[in-house]
Amino acid sequence: MIKLAEAEATLSSFYEEMRDKGAPRLRAAAWAAFSEFGLPSRRVESWHYTDLKTAMSRPAPLATASHAALSLPRAHDSLRLVTLDGVFRPDLSDIARLPEGVAVQSLRDALAQGEPHVMSALASADIGAQDPILALNAALMQDGVVVEIASGARIGRAIELATLSSAEPAQSTYTRALVMLGEGAQANLIETLAALSAVFAQDNSALVFRLAKNARVDLVTHLSGGVEHSIRVVSLLAHLDSGATLNSFALIEGEGLHRRQIFARLDGEMASALFNGATLGRGRLHADTTLVVDHAKPSGKSRERFRHILDDQSVGAFQGKVIVRPGAQKTDGVMQSKSLLLSDQATMNNKPELEIFADDVQCGHGATCGRLDKDQLFYLSARGLPRRQAESLLIEGFANEAMEALEDEQLRAYLSDRVSVWLSRRISR
Amino acid sequence: MLEIIDLHVSVGEREILKGLTLSVKAGEVAAIMGPNGTGKSTLSYVIAGREGYDVTQGEVRLNGENILDLEPAERAAKGIFLAFQYPVEIPGVATMTFLKAALNAQRRARGEAELQTPDLMKRVKDAATSLGVSQDMLRRPLNAGFSGGEKKRMEILQMALLQPRLAILDETDSGLDIDALRVVADGVNSLRAPERAFVVITHYQRLLEYIRPDTVHVMAQGRIMRSGGAELALELEERGYQDYIAQEAA
Repeated sequence: MIKLAEAEATLSSFYEEMRDKGAPRLRAAAWAAFSEFGLPSRRVESWHYTDLKTAMSRPAPLATASHAALSLPRAHDSLRLVTLDGVFRPDLSDIARLPEGVAVQSLRDALAQGEPHVMSALASADIGAQDPILALNAALMQDGVVVEIASGARIGRAIELATLSSAEPAQSTYTRALVMLGEGAQANLIETLAALSAVFAQDNSALVFRLAKNARVDLVTHLSGGVEHSIRVVSLLAHLDSGATLNSFALIEGEGLHRRQIFARLDGEMASALFNGATLGRGRLHADTTLVVDHAKPSGKSRERFRHILDDQSVGAFQGKVIVRPGAQKTDGVMQSKSLLLSDQATMNNKPELEIFADDVQCGHGATCGRLDKDQLFYLSARGLPRRQAESLLIEGFANEAMEALEDEQLRAYLSDRVSVWLSRRISR
Repeated sequence: MLEIIDLHVSVGEREILKGLTLSVKAGEVAAIMGPNGTGKSTLSYVIAGREGYDVTQGEVRLNGENILDLEPAERAAKGIFLAFQYPVEIPGVATMTFLKAALNAQRRARGEAELQTPDLMKRVKDAATSLGVSQDMLRRPLNAGFSGGEKKRMEILQMALLQPRLAILDETDSGLDIDALRVVADGVNSLRAPERAFVVITHYQRLLEYIRPDTVHVMAQGRIMRSGGAELALELEERGYQDYIAQEAA
């Protein structure tokens, strides 16, 4: 209890520091919501598999702006918007090269200006309102980006939202990005969350999407880096109007604690959301994916397909809840979680949930957990593949299944390559 | 080529092979026929090196070398190929990716240069065309959703690409219609060569009308009970396996 008080006192001092940095009412409401819950313990159902209360018993100091002139490695042929150590860095971003129809400003500026449409989009009450850590993010948000994509704009080249940490010693960052797409707009986005070196950090970031009618986003999220005891909570909030499409894939790897949470609301007819993902766990990685997909209007479609590949003492968790509201008839939802345990000490927790209040819907879920298949292994070995290579091919195949819906060949190749790199480390030891 | 001497194999407490002896020369096509449940598939798995089969006595030699201590992949690199009775589905792994991995793993193990993709593609395409394997099948995950006939053709395609020294065909005829059977048999016949041996395991004589064996061996109760030429298959077709089952019981 003493530790908890310590933790909350520290967080409270962060709030004191941030409360006059724009959007005071929004922050105050969020802080009140957080204070009511406190840091979530395992008794909070949606945090049952990730004991954040214990993990965050000592919040690291709030990051302060560093202005190091870094040269960042480029993994993608994308237009990059960089938030480094909690601060949006135009100097490290490709602002000047952004195509027509894309407007970008820092969150800090947006909060200072307080434009109503930005404020209401940044934190809407209808999604994720019950989550204390998301509330904490809103109360403490330091910086980030606001991206507006004009109606009808089709942005072919990927825009990468890179949230990076570099500073030592330990630090906390609270960042938030807002991406708004006008009617019929289309964009490819990459969300990169990484540590540039082996830094200990507590990062809490949120990405908020507002998709107007018939807008479409293809999103690839990549979480990597981290060290033992580092904490990263990444929230995705998506609000889809009628006919809008969000097609996403996330790869989680690295070390430490990673929690990815998704709150999506299909708030118009014929909206479509797809959340796929793969987690590569080794060492003591703790990777939790928790999602709530809320069908509020008829004829929506949602797909969730997650794969966990867990080695050593890594721990995976998948909690998926699909809600179908009264009147959201003709909803079509399929949720699937499959896990591959490569070691006796690895753990997977699966909790799929359906809450259906409409009678004419098609919803299903499935969860499996197992080892590599002996028949498959023998088949490959009998064709000449040595044991480890046979295992790798099966693991790759298992991960690839979650990537099938990715249309961008380059991105898919990049992600497959990440899986190969992870596997090559497994073979070489 | 292949020499099996007094082979005893158990699975758990149960002895399946009980002193099996068999010799197959290079260039020979040997048919093994027998009733269900006599250990024909066990024999094929033991030669290929599957886990879970306990060799309690005897030897299996390939060109004079005892192979029983080798891993399945090492045996494959030495030229042993098993065409599975039930080819395994591997979702998520494109057939082409698998073929490349298998070919190059064997080449690496033998100290040969790996095949580059264009060369590999050409070889696969040529073999696929003659076996009626479509380009679409090559793009799909290995065996996933393939029909029984497609799976068997894929086995023969792999055999054609891997060019084994000893090929074991485990009930390759099961589940095939007459047209598919002909395609598969043609594939096997085109690979017959003086330096290559085949062990064709089958329950029925039908397959042997298309793949003419040099020797026929009757297997029952975990042993080879009788060996002869192609004419033995015809006799079995006529009389069935009752003599061998009765012999055992007596």
